[in-house]
Amino acid sequence: MSTEAGRWEPVIGLEIHVQLNTDSKMFCRCENRFGEEPNTRTCPVCLGHPGALPTINAGAVDKAIEIGLALDCDVASRCQFHRKNYFYPDSPKAYQISQYDEPICAHGHLDVDGARIGITRAHLEEDAAKLVHAGGAGGRIAGAESSVVDFNRCGTPLVEIVTEPDLRSPEQAVAFLGLLKNTLQTIGVSDCDMEKGSLRCDANVSVRRRGDSALGTKTELKNMNSFKFLGEGMAAEIERQIGLLESGEVVLQETLHYDPAQRRLHARRSKEEADDYRYFPEPDLVPLEPSRDDVERLRGGLPELPGARIARFRDELGISAHDAVDLNATPAIAGYFEAVVAAGADPKAAADWVRNQPGAVDRVPAASLAGLIGLIAAGTITATIAKQVYGLLEADPASDPAALVEQHGLATVGDSSELDALVAQVIDSNPALVEQFRGGKDGVINALVGQVMKETRGRADARQVQELLRSRL
Amino acid sequence: MTETSGLTAERCIELLDAREVSCRELVTAYLDRIDREDPGLHAFLRTRREAALAEADGFDRDGRTGLQGVPIALKDILCTKGEETTAGSRILAGHVPIYDGGCVSRVKAAGLVSLGKTNMDEFAMGSSTENSAFGVTRNPWDTDRVPGGSSGGSSAAVAAGFAPLALGTDTGGSIRQPAALCGVVGMKPTYGAVSRYGLIAFASSLDQIGPFALTVRDCALLLQVICGKDECDATSVELPEPIAVPDAQDLRGVRIGVPSALLEQGIEPGVRDAFDAGIRSAQGLGAEVVEVALPHAGYALPAYYLIAPAEASANLSRFDGVRYGLRREEDGDTIIDMYGRTRAEGFGAEVKRRIMLGTYALSAGYYDAYYGMAQKVRTRIREDFQNAFGACDLIAMPTSPTVAFRIGERVGDPWAMYASDVLTVPVNLAGLPGISLPCGLSEGLPVGFQLVGPAFAENRILSAAHALEGALGFDPRPPAPAEASA
Amino acid sequence: MAISDADVLHVARLARLRLDPEDVGRMREELSTILGHVQELSKLDLGDVAPTAHALDVSNSVRPDAARPSWPRDDVLRQAPDPADGGFRVPPTA
Repeated sequence: MSTEAGRWEPVIGLEIHVQLNTDSKMFCRCENRFGEEPNTRTCPVCLGHPGALPTINAGAVDKAIEIGLALDCDVASRCQFHRKNYFYPDSPKAYQISQYDEPICAHGHLDVDGARIGITRAHLEEDAAKLVHAGGAGGRIAGAESSVVDFNRCGTPLVEIVTEPDLRSPEQAVAFLGLLKNTLQTIGVSDCDMEKGSLRCDANVSVRRRGDSALGTKTELKNMNSFKFLGEGMAAEIERQIGLLESGEVVLQETLHYDPAQRRLHARRSKEEADDYRYFPEPDLVPLEPSRDDVERLRGGLPELPGARIARFRDELGISAHDAVDLNATPAIAGYFEAVVAAGADPKAAADWVRNQPGAVDRVPAASLAGLIGLIAAGTITATIAKQVYGLLEADPASDPAALVEQHGLATVGDSSELDALVAQVIDSNPALVEQFRGGKDGVINALVGQVMKETRGRADARQVQELLRSRL
Repeated sequence: MTETSGLTAERCIELLDAREVSCRELVTAYLDRIDREDPGLHAFLRTRREAALAEADGFDRDGRTGLQGVPIALKDILCTKGEETTAGSRILAGHVPIYDGGCVSRVKAAGLVSLGKTNMDEFAMGSSTENSAFGVTRNPWDTDRVPGGSSGGSSAAVAAGFAPLALGTDTGGSIRQPAALCGVVGMKPTYGAVSRYGLIAFASSLDQIGPFALTVRDCALLLQVICGKDECDATSVELPEPIAVPDAQDLRGVRIGVPSALLEQGIEPGVRDAFDAGIRSAQGLGAEVVEVALPHAGYALPAYYLIAPAEASANLSRFDGVRYGLRREEDGDTIIDMYGRTRAEGFGAEVKRRIMLGTYALSAGYYDAYYGMAQKVRTRIREDFQNAFGACDLIAMPTSPTVAFRIGERVGDPWAMYASDVLTVPVNLAGLPGISLPCGLSEGLPVGFQLVGPAFAENRILSAAHALEGALGFDPRPPAPAEASA
Repeated sequence: MAISDADVLHVARLARLRLDPEDVGRMREELSTILGHVQELSKLDLGDVAPTAHALDVSNSVRPDAARPSWPRDDVLRQAPDPADGGFRVPPTA
């Protein structure tokens, strides 16, 4: 980090596109499904054929409202679609049906680690087609790349979420996106898979001197399709801007594309003019006026959101704030943790296990993990043995932990006489160590404890063993 | 051989029901007339003899009822699955749609037999059919004159006895004006009454599909087929009451409003005389004629020529050579080069003008002054009509300020061409229904009488128009064409 | 209302309409004439008037979220000027 960094404050806003998991597309009834053979999920509407008309997917509208409610937005009592006009082969009508100055949701927020990040708006629009770049075909100038267009994705419902420029570091931005992803997955509107493209994020980045209220010139960063690339891209751009400003140069407003192969940002060849989208109200679609009853019904149907869940783990279950966030990394992990607690495990112990065994959620039934935790708490097995039992549970998830302990003879040796005998045996077998201990080398006791533990194959309580050794020596 | 000139759809049904003529005979009579006389008029872009006869044979074999087996002509702006649809443009020459439009589906379901697709101004932009990429259509009343536009082919086809029924489209008058110029009945329904799915879009908030026929009752029959909500068109609605075939004999109790101020200038004397005669006929039937004001209607033409091109500029952007239609590409072209070449070659001059105008009206810095302003004028025009209908039941005006003009007369002066629509565009801007029925001749050419109603007042309009039609007694058969030259 | 040749070229570019140099002048004249007529509207004072985007007073026209079969790819590609690899081939974007 440059030493000048402390004088400069990064200012970041995010533009996130979420593909909704509806059955049909946004404006036509083609199936909304990823990964099919090219151009097998198309119709005159999503192909932009002459005379075709859009129709609004009611399910997509509901999901957009749910997103707005989860982000504490106002849901518009009246909103309108607009045409955003631009020519590109992935846009069959040469306009995208989107929303302009009358979005369905606006003025919300999402709290991340105590910081309130403003949500300017969340609006509905349709996704573009996919351009697959091919190598130079016969007859073309060498090196030129033509493309082949696949319209399967064209018309997929999108919600575009725009944040206020309230983020102050790449780490915070990534944490925000993680919580947003979790929230959207929790309410079930999208699978939010960045690899598949159902969650996409662009960043607007600028810097200013700490203490300034005015915003610096921002650049737009695109094509960062993983959390890691996002973090790297934003960090690199902040450093670049600071470097420029420190040398007395200016930051140009431009769009930068992230190259995942080179792991850096490149400026797009500057266009002659900025896009003029010539927005106007979509004449083929009448306005939407969600009733307050519908909005309340959707609000009532929302599950507990991650933000609230984190707070509840912390306040009601006594989990540390940091661990509570970890346990809410995904809805699946959070749900698993709760199931383990519900099956009787101590919350803190459950938290440790779930956090340290990330595979548990998929491999070990919650009740079994709870049972295992219970056996440790009851002293039936030692912590060391517990790891072994866990391994056995993973291998055979249908098995019962207590039965496993029984079968494999893994119970803690609590019987004093057996332990006494073993302690005596070890003392007899290690005269050199005993002499060293009696000679004042206290640390040697650990080696002796280790021997006893080896004899018991880990089934003794180490402290108890040490006590017994000390009392004998 | 059945004489098709002047033959109404209702009469066709009578003949078919009585088995005085078979479906095949009827369809053949129309097709043969087209073969003989359309080379002189060019109302049709293409006919479908084999398919039409096959459908007719089906009805003869399996039995029929109602409109089944009655022929119809379809404007080439309506997508017909598996059959070429060009919208009168070179950019869609050879284009074969992969689906039937909503109206076309209804027409097929009703058993109407399409004889073929009719000529039109390219992308419905024009008032004379001279903007077709495939040649002009001539007016059956005088082949040196235009049939009107943009639905000139459909209008001429009905007037010439090539089909008893036809479908056209009306965005600024493109059914009513050609109906007036060709001496037939043409109606634009209320916006939303008929599905636009499958209608190649010109101006989405103004376009409507509607019927051409020789009588008002025939128009009603066709409206019954095409009206109704379509789930594929979000702007279509169910009519509050079903279309009724009219039988009123008088106009007692009907108040007809005339916006005199609008008619003070620009109307040919012969047209004015014929219109006034129509008004007198209406009064003779018991109508009360009142004065109404449409203060902003004078601004309708400029507002229309901002809104329609703006919407069209976006609607026509999809013609880019990527997925269908014409593509012009040369070695080394980028996609932008290909777009530019394709669209330059594929679009005619009027279409290019309107795309440019519309793009300009929406562009950064100009939206408020042009498109935004025009949408506000539209509000005022709607209000004007609402206020006027507080004092009357129907508004009457001439349909067109002139009779059919000569081919070539106005092509050099776009605004003069646009002025043909001055009495029709206010109706589209307000989304209201309107009909044109022939009310007389001026210099031997038909004059159209326009009746406009409030939204969804189709039955009111049809009823009054039917009564008036009876009193006017206009003979829709044009004089026999001159001997065809070689 | 005059527009310049530069305006015409700018608009033609936005509309992806290739205009030959000899056509620019005529287009400029034609558009200027039309815009001159259209300027009539500026005589009206319509500051507070709400614009009309839809002639119908209808809202909430939506359809259920239910998929139905898509069109067969063969039908979809039959019209394509340059089909390739199951898709629509287009020249390079830059």
